[in-house]
Amino acid sequence: MKMKLATVALSALMAAGPAMADLVFPSLSYRTGPYAAGGIPFADGYADYFTLLNERDGGIGGVPAKVIECETGYNTEKGVECYESTKGEGALVYQPLSTGITYQLIPKVTADGIPMHTMGYGRTSAKNGKVFSHVFNYPANYWDGASGAINYLLEENGGDLSGKKIALVYHNSAYGKEPIRTLEELSKKHGYELITLPVDHPGQEQKSQWLQIRRDKPDYVLMWGWGVMNQVAIQEAANIRFPMENFIGIWWSGSENDVLPAGDGANGYKALTFHNVGSDYPLYDDLKKYVLDAGKAAGAGDQVGTVLYNRGLYAAMLAAEAAKKAQEISGKADITAADMRDGMEALEMTEEKMAELGLPNFGPIFTVTCENHGGDALVGVTQWDAASKTWTLISDFKPTDGEVIGALIEEDSGAYAAENNIEPRCN
Amino acid sequence: MPDQLIYAMEVILNGLMAGVLYALVALGFVLIYKASGIFNYAQGVMALFAAMTLVGIMNGQVPFAHLINAIFGGHITHFGWNIPALLAIILTMGVMVLLAWAVQHFVMRHLVGQEPIILFMATIGLAYFLEGVADLMWGSEIKTLDVGLPQGINLWIDETTYNIFGYGFFIDNLDIVATIIAALLVAALVAFSQYTKQGRAMRAVADDHQAALSVGISLNFIWVMVWSVAGFVALVAGIMWGTKSGVQFSLSLIALKALPVLMLGGFTSIPGAIVGGLIIGVGEKLFEFAVGPLVGGATENWFAYVLALIFLVFRPQGLFGEKIIERV
Repeated sequence: MKMKLATVALSALMAAGPAMADLVFPSLSYRTGPYAAGGIPFADGYADYFTLLNERDGGIGGVPAKVIECETGYNTEKGVECYESTKGEGALVYQPLSTGITYQLIPKVTADGIPMHTMGYGRTSAKNGKVFSHVFNYPANYWDGASGAINYLLEENGGDLSGKKIALVYHNSAYGKEPIRTLEELSKKHGYELITLPVDHPGQEQKSQWLQIRRDKPDYVLMWGWGVMNQVAIQEAANIRFPMENFIGIWWSGSENDVLPAGDGANGYKALTFHNVGSDYPLYDDLKKYVLDAGKAAGAGDQVGTVLYNRGLYAAMLAAEAAKKAQEISGKADITAADMRDGMEALEMTEEKMAELGLPNFGPIFTVTCENHGGDALVGVTQWDAASKTWTLISDFKPTDGEVIGALIEEDSGAYAAENNIEPRCN
Repeated sequence: MPDQLIYAMEVILNGLMAGVLYALVALGFVLIYKASGIFNYAQGVMALFAAMTLVGIMNGQVPFAHLINAIFGGHITHFGWNIPALLAIILTMGVMVLLAWAVQHFVMRHLVGQEPIILFMATIGLAYFLEGVADLMWGSEIKTLDVGLPQGINLWIDETTYNIFGYGFFIDNLDIVATIIAALLVAALVAFSQYTKQGRAMRAVADDHQAALSVGISLNFIWVMVWSVAGFVALVAGIMWGTKSGVQFSLSLIALKALPVLMLGGFTSIPGAIVGGLIIGVGEKLFEFAVGPLVGGATENWFAYVLALIFLVFRPQGLFGEKIIERV
């Protein structure tokens, strides 16, 4: 009710005032290059949600949203160029969709006063809002993913992983190495043995790693992969007849793209997630009516409801909700990047809010604060059914090990603050 | 027998199989280099293009559908039919012949007599152009390729080795098929170049362009033929690698796996590509098995190049390459 009143008040304000500029949401997308298969559905979902808001609601708080797409090709240099070329357009928030681009943009967005949202990727310790004033990584980060996987396995094993063997197959890059420290710390706590198996980019040849898995017989395999590495790993796991229900990928290893090439062999494979799957939500009815059937979809419309489309749509939804919060806090509809940052820092996602948006249980409930830019770190697990070619959420969004992750975040963000002479805020 | 020795035998066998797959990619490079002296940077992209075309034809996909829809409106994506794998392979081969003709007619013909570096640059341009065309033509989503090749563990080998060693070896059925196909392919290529008129003409062009021209051999025809054969080899490599990982843009990066094979086997020898592939395959897998765990793993990519460099130091022309002696 409060939100509706605020919306009415803002709309009235807009009607009375002068014409306002659009709310600009740059989309650093990658629709070309080797990773386009992952970039296209995300970019489509991101753009389609804002199109829906414009067509159905007249924008956000009465101001139209404008998505400016810039092609990065998943290339860090191009990503930085995209940032530089679009920031002057009144950009409210950046979602760089690449850990490499994120690292380059952290000092830039902080200096320019534009917030950046790295949902499920980027610099994990950016969760510490006391150090990273303009970077947000709610609702979950890589270390939450690692802990979420272990918590899930703890549940599967009656709370005891001692004596179990867990292998991590990872992309041999900064991204792939992210979970290792967390998994090592958790292995000390829970008594499992961790085997790490790096796979060099791009990951088309993984015979050595899977022969080792066949010899060592780990109880579970976790995967931090991207691109072709995912498809090959799932195929190789099927080839050696590794039990798929014991194979869990991070959320970047859990889309339809990753499992379809392996056919029936991928059945039962699991992946972590921080948002729900499928298209059985009231919002998708509106999406069909106002965007798809109206011929206003960003892409061919064939990605709707896929994992990565949903992720793009979820990212847009969180950006739009933060923008609404910013409008509420600032009392004006045409918010600036500084207002947007404040809105993101005060964002609260509740079940009621998601239901009201037509996306009940679409993501975890969480609250962002000045100190905590990463939300409540709730992680779920999905499973692939090869026969119906669908993912199903098989667990609730559950908490991760804040004790272990919190200490690691303090350590890493503390080192960053010391290197960059950053005075902790939020006092 | 000690476990480590048994495991090493399994690694060697898998290395040999992986080597065959590397050799399949390297063969395409060798064919073009041997006939025209061009290092074809686009060979990996040709494998991608061929595999995408094959899947597109099999699935009855409308080429350039996005472009057509954007220009004329509408939502056409498929013709509504599926084509059997064998027919689709033949049709794809037709497309690769057309591509070979286009490359020769629009690019290479105009560069006759230029420095090798210019020709190499032209193939870089060709690679990026072809990648863009493939994207526009068939879309960039990951496509499942199933031409009926078997995949997964070979149970007979698993059981037999288990009975002998008490440990069943893993050999992928797809790798066995790839080995048989590669053997047939090499035999066919050797027979073609030794026993057919066109094959002999190809060898003549490879030996000396001017001399071949003087006896009435058409350079244009031979080069179109060579690019077509390289296109066919690319199609075979694309099918093998695409079956493993799905057909996607990373497929073009398989060329990286062929470079150390070429350095080792020589740029002008078909048997060299095969032997080079086998040495690289076994070498990198054994190194990863024995040394990888001590240094954190992921040694295969760089060790393949180290191995190739070691061979280069002692035999710059590669194992089977032709020794170049220039008299002053």
